[in-house]
Amino acid sequence: MKFMMDLFSAEGMATLSFLGVVGLTFIGALIAVGARNIFHNVLGLALALFGVAGLFVYLNSPFVAMMEILIYVGAICIAICFAIMLSEPLYLPKPPRKPIKLLGAGLASGLIFAMLGLLMKKTTWVAATERSTDWSITTVGHFLLTKYALIFEVISLVLLVAMLGAIVTARDGRGET
Amino acid sequence: MIVALIGVIALVSVNALFLIWMERKVAAHIQLRPGPMEVGYHGALQTVADALKLMGKELITPDEVDRPVYLLAPIIIFLPVLVLFLVIPFSPNLIIRDLNVGILLIFAFSSLTVLSILMAGWSSNNKYSVFGAIRSIAQNIAYEIPLLITAMSIILMVGSFKLTDIVAAQDKVWFVVIQPLAFLLYIICATAETNRAPFDIPEAESELVAGFHTEYSGMRFGLFFLAEYTNMFVVSAVATVLFLGGWRGWILPPVVWFLIKVYAIIFLIMWFRWTFPRLRFDQLITFAWKVLIPLAFVNLLVTALAIKLF
Repeated sequence: MKFMMDLFSAEGMATLSFLGVVGLTFIGALIAVGARNIFHNVLGLALALFGVAGLFVYLNSPFVAMMEILIYVGAICIAICFAIMLSEPLYLPKPPRKPIKLLGAGLASGLIFAMLGLLMKKTTWVAATERSTDWSITTVGHFLLTKYALIFEVISLVLLVAMLGAIVTARDGRGET
Repeated sequence: MIVALIGVIALVSVNALFLIWMERKVAAHIQLRPGPMEVGYHGALQTVADALKLMGKELITPDEVDRPVYLLAPIIIFLPVLVLFLVIPFSPNLIIRDLNVGILLIFAFSSLTVLSILMAGWSSNNKYSVFGAIRSIAQNIAYEIPLLITAMSIILMVGSFKLTDIVAAQDKVWFVVIQPLAFLLYIICATAETNRAPFDIPEAESELVAGFHTEYSGMRFGLFFLAEYTNMFVVSAVATVLFLGGWRGWILPPVVWFLIKVYAIIFLIMWFRWTFPRLRFDQLITFAWKVLIPLAFVNLLVTALAIKLF
């Protein structure tokens, strides 16, 4: 009974929803990595990103959550689907995964995991209630144009390069036919 | 919250039943014929009968489909549509949650529709379905950009994503007067986003059988239909909020005004269907990238300049 009471308190519900979105993210990530049908991989990725958006809602920043859904689930995943449709046919039987590739992927992701873990250990975390900074849309906008202006510009440069690359690739393709 | 959910589901079903009947009536009268007349007064119960028939039908699952994805697609197309009703302000008090990110929530969750169309088309393992899905994605990506940019010019004027703030900002003039170009762009893009004629190439009957939902039968097909008509309601409701002053009006209660405006826009979209011939695919994409997107950007720039200067 005590357990049930805890579950339906505000904190219990918060923990439950947190576990829910984390579970969603993990399931999505597992499908994204494990499934053999590349289309299922993309759907898993979409699910994982949706879970991440849920985490942002949990952290009380609905704006970032909506942007996550709009850009990552709504645009990036669909762009990936496009790329898949232009690639090799899916109905052909696929060769089993090469162990060397699995090892490489495992090492790379393990390295990133270790580095992120170290970074998390090194950071001194401040509870949100003690840190009175306002994280509304206005603040995010101000930060993007002042403190993070350079990063913002570099990201747009990357996008520009990607766009130019896409145009160059597409032009070549059309010339052959 | 549960009351709200029941209310939304009731609204969604009644709205879809009404819209399908309205669609058939509008189509019939434009073509100088009476349309459904037998079931109920002027065929008013025709769609109820159709819905019952649809529910009674066998659910056929073709052999070679990608089962989990095939079964999930109709559900995933329908769920986000329900979420959209969370922020639509029917009247000053009749709104489920007045979120700060209201309009963004609508755009974010309606972008999921494309993913489920893709799921349906891909998993059906049918040429026509895949073609329909591919076309639908190309079209939705192209038309989502001008849609967002035109909505942006309104948000720039209001300075808030909150739908009630946007309505409140129109207490003197409706934004359709100040931003006629934006309204035109929005209606065109909304017609394309909901895959309605003349932009209905994802389900062009004459070449693709039925497009992405060719392999779906019974109530699974019914869910796609329901989602389509609910989407139509939502884009019209957003147009009402952004351009037509939301619930504002005289004498009649706000909810009635809101619904009148929404159904007027839906009527306009139906009118398009029986007036314009279907576009060819390349015309459609060219129109989006070479006409709508530049116009939307110009509109946004002019709006920003006007706000700074005056």
